[in-house]
Amino acid sequence: MTVMEQRGAYRPTPPPAWQPRTDPAPLLPDAAPYRVLGTEAAAQADPGLLRRLYAQLVRGRRYNVQATALTKQGRLAVYPSSVGQEACEVAAALVLEDRDWLFPSYRDTLAVVARGVDPVQALTLLRGDWHTGYNPREHRVAPLCTPLATQLPHAVGLAHAARLKGDDVVALAMVGDGGTSEGDFHEALNFAAVWQAPVVFLVQNNGFAISVPLAKQTAAPSLAHKAVGYGMPGRLVDGNDAVAMYDVLSDAVRHARAGGGPTLVEAVTYRVEAHTNADDDKRYRADSEVTAWREHDPIDLLEQELTARGLLDEDGIRAAREDAETLAADLRARMNQDPALDPMDLFAQVYAEPTPQLREQRAQLRAELAAEAEGTH
Amino acid sequence: MTTVALKPATMAQALTRAMRDAMATDPAVHVMGEDVGTLGGVFRVTDGLAKEFGEDRCTDTPLAEAGILGAAVGMAMYGLRPVVEMQFDAFAYPAFEQLISHVSRMRNRTRGAMPLPITVRVPYGGGIGGVEHHSDSSEAYYMATPGLHVVTPATVADAYGLLRAAIASDDPVVFLEPKRLYWSKDSWNPDEPPAVEPIGRAVVRRPGRSATLITYGPSLPVCLEAARAAESEGWDLEVVDLRSLVPFDDETVCASVRRTGRALVVHESGGYGGPGGEIAARVTERCFHHLEAPVLRVAGFDIPYPPPMLERHHLPGVDRVLDAVGRLQWEAER
Ligand SMILES: Cc1ncc(C[n+]2csc(CCOP(=O)(O)OP(=O)(O)O)c2C)c(N)n1
Repeated sequence: MTVMEQRGAYRPTPPPAWQPRTDPAPLLPDAAPYRVLGTEAAAQADPGLLRRLYAQLVRGRRYNVQATALTKQGRLAVYPSSVGQEACEVAAALVLEDRDWLFPSYRDTLAVVARGVDPVQALTLLRGDWHTGYNPREHRVAPLCTPLATQLPHAVGLAHAARLKGDDVVALAMVGDGGTSEGDFHEALNFAAVWQAPVVFLVQNNGFAISVPLAKQTAAPSLAHKAVGYGMPGRLVDGNDAVAMYDVLSDAVRHARAGGGPTLVEAVTYRVEAHTNADDDKRYRADSEVTAWREHDPIDLLEQELTARGLLDEDGIRAAREDAETLAADLRARMNQDPALDPMDLFAQVYAEPTPQLREQRAQLRAELAAEAEGTH
Repeated sequence: MTTVALKPATMAQALTRAMRDAMATDPAVHVMGEDVGTLGGVFRVTDGLAKEFGEDRCTDTPLAEAGILGAAVGMAMYGLRPVVEMQFDAFAYPAFEQLISHVSRMRNRTRGAMPLPITVRVPYGGGIGGVEHHSDSSEAYYMATPGLHVVTPATVADAYGLLRAAIASDDPVVFLEPKRLYWSKDSWNPDEPPAVEPIGRAVVRRPGRSATLITYGPSLPVCLEAARAAESEGWDLEVVDLRSLVPFDDETVCASVRRTGRALVVHESGGYGGPGGEIAARVTERCFHHLEAPVLRVAGFDIPYPPPMLERHHLPGVDRVLDAVGRLQWEAER
């Protein structure tokens, strides 16, 4: 008997009334990324919102440029630029209420700043003076997360806990296209769907995970399609269209807050600069590709809309740029001061109570520093 | 005797050459990991391999360490010899399930029927100003797992010789690459690469009579420098480079300690529960009657790896080593 025949003989009959538990059709993303700018729908967009988005985009771009410049002066250990992705970053921060939580990955400093965290504090990880410079509880922003996708289950747990307590809090968690390959991504999505946790997963598909293009990362029709298998809706959106980003994310947040469960949003965007200042992107992509994306710039797209509708003129543009300049000047000035560092802080927060061993090591370092100050070493 | 033209090579280049030579010799050798193909790895250690051997032999994988190592298990089960790159020390942690539950014990649980010749390359350690999660010293976790070889070169020649041996090994090897030594240089004859070193032997890098410094990987240059500095104090320090943490070369280490009567273990990972504790215990057990002082340890502090601006206070440097050497003398006089 062949294996197939054996299998046939023992194959259990399916239950007669087996039905798919969810019709996947409503969960499936649209075939093309959702866009507002440049379409008729744009006319419906609230002028106040458009102006707010614009101001934040301009600030965000200037921040990116300034931070990159700071790496050249050795003021930052490293900076993963989000130039070209500002619409995703800004929208992620603006759709949240104060009580909501943001779970950023290491590239999302801009979202953290747009949420109200002091720009210098948001940069301590990348500057190298401390791992997290802000108090996560104060701003409801989790620490910038370097190990990929590990923040996603945290977002699920937090949102679930809030719900258990009866709070209508939503968690928005950000991850890159590469990060969607990690086991933690899958586990987080599955938990969120099973628990119907109020979470929004925002994937910024910027084309590359360091040097690896999306085609080598996934064979799925889109990353948003992944949602369906877990039982949550997937949305595909133009990540360079700030209004579309805002629409889709605020829909997802509303849905989550109302008890509808999680959503997976894939923002189709592009990383126009190298992975970080330490990366050489010439090794893995052509200039022409980058140039094409630069022409689909999130600020230009919104600026065109605002100008066409008479909501923005030369003065408005100048005002936004001046505001961004002030931000950059402040950042520059404060980052050019050496941070006050106390080496004793090494032992300060390892445990609530330092162990005897840590006390000993602290005494050792104190003695070393004293000797160093006296020049005996 | 003809003089051969020696060429400088970095540790990173020696590692690349080791993989290239292994791939050229044995078609079963496959390299894989994140960014190892087109980019040649973030440290360029796999540079050129994809071009020379094709993407099937040097493969950019999806970004998933558990998947990478898990797939390597299956590939090894089918007769290949995977060489896996974990991008940074702390990013190997998602693969621990595979490493601990399968890679390390497949030979044992299959009664020898299914050994796994997998090399897991992990850049490790600090000193390069990396941000959080880019500087962990994870050797103690690996050492605590029976079934794994744990190897770490400190010289350019060893980087070549030990990696060739690791790839040739029929057992899994965790190959720890001290990332702050990637750019250290040495000269060799490019037509005749360094000898393939058997795994499990320590070497005396510097002979001496006053005390033995037992060290490995990133701390070797620190110890050699300390030994030079100690000369002016009249101390003649012997420096032993372990090269292999599992298996451990008791013979070389203990022969040295019996000669000098004093021992100091130096490493940058945390001291509590760290490799030094095991080493000190072994030395004490075997050399007790030769010891003139307790075996001391100089290690990193028992803290999460600090941000780059503070790492110099954490990493054991020459001064800390010399202070401990001083205490070895004092203990002897007590
Ligand atoms: C678990 C883990 N593995 C590897 C890395 C190293 N690493 C840092 S960023 C990166 C690529 C991330 O790509 P993607 O998720 O697409 O985000 P993007 O950088 O494009 O924003 C890799 C491999 C890491 N940080 N964490």
